[in-house]
Amino acid sequence: MSKGFVSVEQLSKHYPDAKQKSDLVVFDNVNFYIKKNEFVCIIGHSGCGKSTILNALAGLEQPSGGVIIMDEQEVSGPSLDRGIVFQNYSLLPWLSALQNVNFGVRARWPDWDKQKIEQHSLNYLEMVGLSSSVHRKPSQLSGGMRQRVSIARAFATRPKLLLLDEPFGALDALTRGNIQDELIKIWTESQQTVFMITHDVDEAILLSDRVLLMSNGPHAHIAESVKINLSRPRSRGEVIEDPAYYKIRNYLVNFLVSRSNERKIKDAADASHPIEIDPVALASDEQLATPNQPVLVTVNQ
Amino acid sequence: MASLKIKAIALSLVLLSTLLGIWEVLNQPPPASEALTEYEMMMGGADQESRVPPPSKVLVHAWNELSNPFYDAGPNDKGIGIQLAYSLYRVLTGYFAAALIAIPLGFVTGMSPLMFKALNPYIQILRPISPLAWMPLALFIIKDSEQSAIFVIFICSIWPMLINTAFGVANVRSDWIRVAQTHELGAIRTAFTVILPAASPTILTGMRISIGIAWLVIVAAEMLVGGTGIGYYVWNEWNNLDLNSVIFSILMIGLVGMLLDMALAMVSNLVTYQE
Repeated sequence: MSKGFVSVEQLSKHYPDAKQKSDLVVFDNVNFYIKKNEFVCIIGHSGCGKSTILNALAGLEQPSGGVIIMDEQEVSGPSLDRGIVFQNYSLLPWLSALQNVNFGVRARWPDWDKQKIEQHSLNYLEMVGLSSSVHRKPSQLSGGMRQRVSIARAFATRPKLLLLDEPFGALDALTRGNIQDELIKIWTESQQTVFMITHDVDEAILLSDRVLLMSNGPHAHIAESVKINLSRPRSRGEVIEDPAYYKIRNYLVNFLVSRSNERKIKDAADASHPIEIDPVALASDEQLATPNQPVLVTVNQ
Repeated sequence: MASLKIKAIALSLVLLSTLLGIWEVLNQPPPASEALTEYEMMMGGADQESRVPPPSKVLVHAWNELSNPFYDAGPNDKGIGIQLAYSLYRVLTGYFAAALIAIPLGFVTGMSPLMFKALNPYIQILRPISPLAWMPLALFIIKDSEQSAIFVIFICSIWPMLINTAFGVANVRSDWIRVAQTHELGAIRTAFTVILPAASPTILTGMRISIGIAWLVIVAAEMLVGGTGIGYYVWNEWNNLDLNSVIFSILMIGLVGMLLDMALAMVSNLVTYQE
């Protein structure tokens, strides 16, 4: 297997359980890679450890085992090379939108002068469509606008890897759609490498190149890596016209509804790497209905 | 809203005039025309009952005092402005000395659970001590009544600031700390650009409580140490049996206390943020 720009190997997380002798294992044997400029989404039910994986990638949380390598270096702590957008925006409420973005830019390039920092920040705020309210405090902005500021702050520092932790989870459907469009636009321009957690299958299909499917915990792992074989640039309106869209969507929903609970779907083959799947290439819908058949499934490595 | 404000002002004025009216009526001197009894003549015409001076007299006295607040006619007779200035000087000196220690110490205590656990027992024991209980020890060690009063202010204003700073710093939202971490800010920059602004509303609340306590305590402290200051002034005028001055200075203590609180409330507004 070709090593990606980011590669996660044998990652595991367990917590000591007072009552039982053995630890509570949230996930183990988590292996995946992210290629440069790739947009990867991870989907799984609550409690399977998605956020822990993201925090481990960010360097904010220490995994119990395994390694994360990014750009040929081990991830050992937080770094400006990995930008994060949290679900709750995490803007500093005493700073205006512009100052919040400046905060990130100044941390990234400490030797830039004030004017250069501000110009850089304004460019990114404009990209997310916020140029008219840059001097407002977060409390004076709507949830959608706050998340835009947060996205601008993360993109403005030009991290090597951008981590999005359910960025649109707290937003209403209309706002979410608009910001998804902004995100596609800004991602297309910047060609960032992105790793994103979502609960929304449509969002994952619209945005990503690949979707990682996680089985349920405890002992969760990444079961499959599903290729989103749709042409870019995509837009919310057009993408649903594509017949392949439904093939992919059905495949993902089917996994979440009926298969995510199965223990070790791919035990027989290789416990350590997710199966790579391209739903568009699957022959017919029949296979979706009988998921245990390993037909047309190529085991990676 | 405007009409509510006007109504409130009107009601305040009604209450004020009613209270002043009752006070005025109840404290009139006996009519001079009435013939004095034999006893009263023996007592030089003095009345048996003591009377609080009516507000009209207090107001006239206040006007006289305030029109020349800074005169100095010896230790027993200084203007109200001079006395208040002495008290303010002591309060502010003790208060800022306390802030200089309490805020950095509170910061460290708030950031380090170890420091918090280590210091907490001392804080809990020292905090409930009446600041005036320190006075004899302070007089013995410092050997200067002026500085002892400042020390008493210092010791009473340190606790609210220390506790509030520690509390504010310890409770900065972890999201904001994570923002600092992901932006690779060092400890010092995190402290100044994230923790300090996040905790400053709580710190300011502590400072506001402290200035209130300090102003309460200075009156009592100055009654003990004597010499100058508004506390000494109240007690001295009581010894002079000048009730006009006593009531006037009580009102001035309230007024200055209110101004101190308002000043800190304004600073507090500057650092308050909305989440």
